[in-house]
Amino acid sequence: MQAWDISFSKLKAGYGSHVVLTDVTAALPAGAVSVILGGSGCGKSTLLRQIIGLSKPLSGEVRVAGRDICTLPPAEFRRVRRRMGVLFQDGALLGALTLAQNVALPLTEHLNLPAEAVRAEAVRILGMVGLSDFADFYPNELSGGMRKRAGLARAIIAQPRILLCDEPTSGLDPITAARMDDLLLSMHRRFPEMTIVSVSHDLASLNRIADYVLVLRDGACVFAGTQDALRASDDPYLVRFLNRDGAGDDAAAGECAAPAVQASLDRWFAS
Amino acid sequence: MPQRNADDISRASPPVKVLRLLGRPALRALNAMGSVTLFMLDGLRHIFTTRRILGRTVRQIYVIGYQSLFVILLIGLFCGMVLGLQGYYTLVRFGSVGMLGSAVSLTMIRELGPVLTAIMLTGRAGSSMTAEIGVMRITDQIDALDVMDINSVAYLVSPRIVAALLSFPMLTAIFDVTGIFGGYLTGVCMLDINEGAYLYRIVSSVTMTDVAGGFLKALVFGLLVTTVCCHQGYKAHLRRDSVGPEAVGSATTSAVVISCVLILAADYVLTSILL
Repeated sequence: MQAWDISFSKLKAGYGSHVVLTDVTAALPAGAVSVILGGSGCGKSTLLRQIIGLSKPLSGEVRVAGRDICTLPPAEFRRVRRRMGVLFQDGALLGALTLAQNVALPLTEHLNLPAEAVRAEAVRILGMVGLSDFADFYPNELSGGMRKRAGLARAIIAQPRILLCDEPTSGLDPITAARMDDLLLSMHRRFPEMTIVSVSHDLASLNRIADYVLVLRDGACVFAGTQDALRASDDPYLVRFLNRDGAGDDAAAGECAAPAVQASLDRWFAS
Repeated sequence: MPQRNADDISRASPPVKVLRLLGRPALRALNAMGSVTLFMLDGLRHIFTTRRILGRTVRQIYVIGYQSLFVILLIGLFCGMVLGLQGYYTLVRFGSVGMLGSAVSLTMIRELGPVLTAIMLTGRAGSSMTAEIGVMRITDQIDALDVMDINSVAYLVSPRIVAALLSFPMLTAIFDVTGIFGGYLTGVCMLDINEGAYLYRIVSSVTMTDVAGGFLKALVFGLLVTTVCCHQGYKAHLRRDSVGPEAVGSATTSAVVISCVLILAADYVLTSILL
């Protein structure tokens, strides 16, 4: 099975009149773990939605395995998207279904398999993410990290060629976040033909998993290359980003509240 | 662009200004109606093309039908009792208390049964449909369904439409019978109307056309309520007045208000046709 690559050409995207991505031209290599990096609000999740086809671009192209998914006929587009697995930020598990039912959903809805076989497969996949003991739990009975792992299980049960992860480590403690990274790496080892794309602003996660990095800033791609090339870059923004340098922002943080507001706050604290 | 439109309007002559000011909301309303209609047709179409719809429909019948049963029984009973009381004191002035059975049963079967049942179900089941689908929308669950190549309208809306088309007429029938029994309690048990006269008037005045008309109304109301409530939840993320959980709240309020208005408007149209 040949791995699928993803490329963007002069991509402009947004919501209504609000343009988020102004001009993105880049390619994510097939069979690699790519990390889309960037600050909050730079358009990372918007780019992910473009790959999935949940939003249409204002202009430009999004190519998956060489095919522009924006111009594909609906049936062909669905055939391409069927081979994508998506881990949403909070897992996006259906609250009315148990974990096993959630994970099994793509199989239940599309295949004519006996219920026992579907459940067995769901439990096997849940085992891969360490949740086989929680198959009959509902999403609201689990922690955030467990929900993400269950979301990952659901994303991989239909054997996707592209696995897209939206902030897989956000909101997790460092140990759970590292476990999530290891899980992605183990997925990559187990399915080397699967292209994994992770959207993140977590530098520790980047260090751990990225073969290829794409950095966004203000809706444009400012870097695309390997981790080594990223570290060797002398671009001031990239240097600041990698060094977690917030220089220039401390003046604003040090400003005091307006006197009237401060006086009111003081009165409230004293009351 | 909005600034240019505002400038154009300020420079235009008064009649053009009025036309433009009326045109914009009219276009918006037409757009909304078109969106709801297409949504309804999509939901209806998928009833016949979706696999495994039965299980989800049975669950929705439980939510819409069974869980609403008690409140329908309660409202139907009190409605019939009030109708019996009001009818008795009106008819007694004309010496026609014997007609109470006709008055209660026809009012229930033709009008109050379908309308009040639909309004009660809008408040109880419709609002929960909007809230549930709205929460699914803002928490990416609907996007997740689409990504898994599961048609979200077929998965969420079609079973609810089928369930409503089955539950609304059944609950309307239960409301009618309970209401007529409520009228019996007031008229026969409390106000000493002859029991035989009350029941005979029901049998002699209610025709199959009245019953069929009531069921037809219930079916139309069921389709309207489900479509509007599901549509409001499904499009909660596109609301201009609010975002996030607040949008789900606003969508739920809008769904109930729009459904109630549509029920009464559709009732007038259907009554005009059926009479």
